[in-house]
Amino acid sequence: MQTVTKSHAELSEGFNKDEARVSWHDETLWWIRQKRDKAAHQMPEWEWLRQTASGIKDYVLGNLHDLLELFEANALANGIKVHWAADAAEHNRIVYGILQEHGVTKIVKSKSMLTEECGLNEYLHEKQVDVVDTDLGERIVQLAGEVPSHIVLPCIHWKKEEIGELFHKFLGTPEGNADPQFLTGAARIHLREKFLTRRVAITGVNFAVAETGEFVVCTNEGNADMGTHLSDIHIACMGIEKIIPKQEHLGIFLRLLARSATGQPTTTYNSHFKKPAPGQEMHIVLVDNGRSRQLGRPDFRNSLKCIRCGACMNTCPVYRRSGGHSYKYAISGPIGSILAPNLDMEKHADLPFASTLCGSCSNVCPVKIDIHDQLYKWRQEITKNGHAPKAKTFAMKIVAAVLARPWMYRLGGSVARKMMRLFPSLMNNKSIPWNKARELPAPPKQSFGEWYAKNRKKV
Amino acid sequence: MKIALFIPCYIDQFYPQVGIATLEVLERLGCDVHFPPNQTCCGQPMANSGYQHLDGGCDNLIVKNFSGYDYIVGPSGSCILHIKHHLHGEDEEASKDIRGKVFEFTEFLTDILKVETLEARFPHKVGLHQSCHGQRGLHLSQMSELVAPPFSKPEKLLGMVKDIELIKPERVDECCGFGGTFCVFEEAVSAKMGKDRVADHQNKGIEIITGVDVSCLMHMEGIMRRQKSPMKVMHIAEILNSR
Repeated sequence: MQTVTKSHAELSEGFNKDEARVSWHDETLWWIRQKRDKAAHQMPEWEWLRQTASGIKDYVLGNLHDLLELFEANALANGIKVHWAADAAEHNRIVYGILQEHGVTKIVKSKSMLTEECGLNEYLHEKQVDVVDTDLGERIVQLAGEVPSHIVLPCIHWKKEEIGELFHKFLGTPEGNADPQFLTGAARIHLREKFLTRRVAITGVNFAVAETGEFVVCTNEGNADMGTHLSDIHIACMGIEKIIPKQEHLGIFLRLLARSATGQPTTTYNSHFKKPAPGQEMHIVLVDNGRSRQLGRPDFRNSLKCIRCGACMNTCPVYRRSGGHSYKYAISGPIGSILAPNLDMEKHADLPFASTLCGSCSNVCPVKIDIHDQLYKWRQEITKNGHAPKAKTFAMKIVAAVLARPWMYRLGGSVARKMMRLFPSLMNNKSIPWNKARELPAPPKQSFGEWYAKNRKKV
Repeated sequence: MKIALFIPCYIDQFYPQVGIATLEVLERLGCDVHFPPNQTCCGQPMANSGYQHLDGGCDNLIVKNFSGYDYIVGPSGSCILHIKHHLHGEDEEASKDIRGKVFEFTEFLTDILKVETLEARFPHKVGLHQSCHGQRGLHLSQMSELVAPPFSKPEKLLGMVKDIELIKPERVDECCGFGGTFCVFEEAVSAKMGKDRVADHQNKGIEIITGVDVSCLMHMEGIMRRQKSPMKVMHIAEILNSR
């Protein structure tokens, strides 16, 4: 995993080698964006909901310390064991510690982007713990030895025929059968055995309610419920920003979440976990992993409002045409590009540049994160901290120097246009990135400034 | 009403006809238009690439050239948005004044001049490309993501043109993929985005793609010419200036 050093631009160039596939990927995600639009437009109060959700999250970010302590006190009173993890490594150690304590080496896990962020699967694999992801999409990428390419639709980059082949190889389904219903049935049988036999279930957390000490897990497949109900120990892993003050606030967030994610009115299962069933243990791991640092960055703290709906990915014209794996981070797309540099600015220095700053992401965001403005601001941070390519810095300094001197700008423009007219083949060289798929504009004889000087007298 | 005409650098150098059309439309509407000759660039190429700190020279030039006018008008949503949001010359007072007086061409026509009729005729099938910075940044038209009443300043103006047939593409406001230096640093994705936008218009039988930003049009024109497409691009000012 750590050996990947290619940039987003290089990886998406690779993704674009198969243009028909890129079109298919784009259209699949665009269809989900359209479903989202349809669902949102059925709600006259949609923009009010977004504003309210954003406001509640403002309150959460301003009072995170108190809300977390309140949540902890209530969760403890409910009989939940509460753990605090400063970073990914501590989170992984805590989870492994619980497994060790009970001598467990095989577990099931429903979807949790936090555990992806922390690299829990790889960590536990090294400790000889067998983790089975029970979300169908996650199970597919897990069998293929991949990581999710999308936070809500982990295997959106896979075609059903390819899944048929994968299942044939790993689950013994008949070769050539790519019927989605049949394949889902096969996965069900495969996963049922895991659900019935594994004693520990890990889940993520969509919302944790401070006033009650409960938490809510949203799935479409019921796999979180199946896993937790059939296990002895439930470990829920959550980022500390997932807290909401009151239960009634779920009425805002649950209306926004599924509509933004897939266009459904609500997720099929919104399961509330408040206390362990008799004979069971329930743990919750509260993870910081850079969130406090992000909270301390005034320009970027709003990114912590994210409820992981994935709407910004579905709408992002760059994401749709570069695929999630080009981002090299558990959370891809626009939101990933503003979260990842907080964790490692140098490693993720390319991500804020993987955008045209079109702003569609900020418009679909159900909690109104100013995503594209943050992308712009991260660009400035990354450059100021010396993580931009040296050649780019050099070129930019020259461009800035020319544009600051009107005579130099006019001379440069005139020379460039003359060169383009006299030596078209030199300027149309395909090694210039612009020219790979496009022609340069036809160079006019005179600039507007030259025309104006001849045709208008006043200044 | 003394108006300064801001012509972005690449329009000045490669699309002078857009500057001329902008000037002529404004003059015909009775405006007293001046073109400060020592203008260059808004500074966006540096800023969007993460080098806003190199924009001092451009910012000071803008303040020097554009102070003292009632309005500053330019035919580019993107450059105007940049000035509006990020102009910080050494003279902050003058910068602030300019930030409040700078207008994109179509919004100047609809909001300040309150144009209701135009003497223009353009008998062609036209597709409007919604340039993102004009649309989502300057709110020149309603955005498809929002649950909010529709409006469109460019469409309102195009609606005043005789014999024009305005056709909407399937995706009404998807980015073309130009994105400033994105078009070279993320060439593969940028080109694919451009191809998809062009194909969308082409599938609708559109002859001319128009818009408020020449940068998007330049990118799509580059792709169309490579593909030997019969479609052409024209800035909205050129259409509004057609008789």
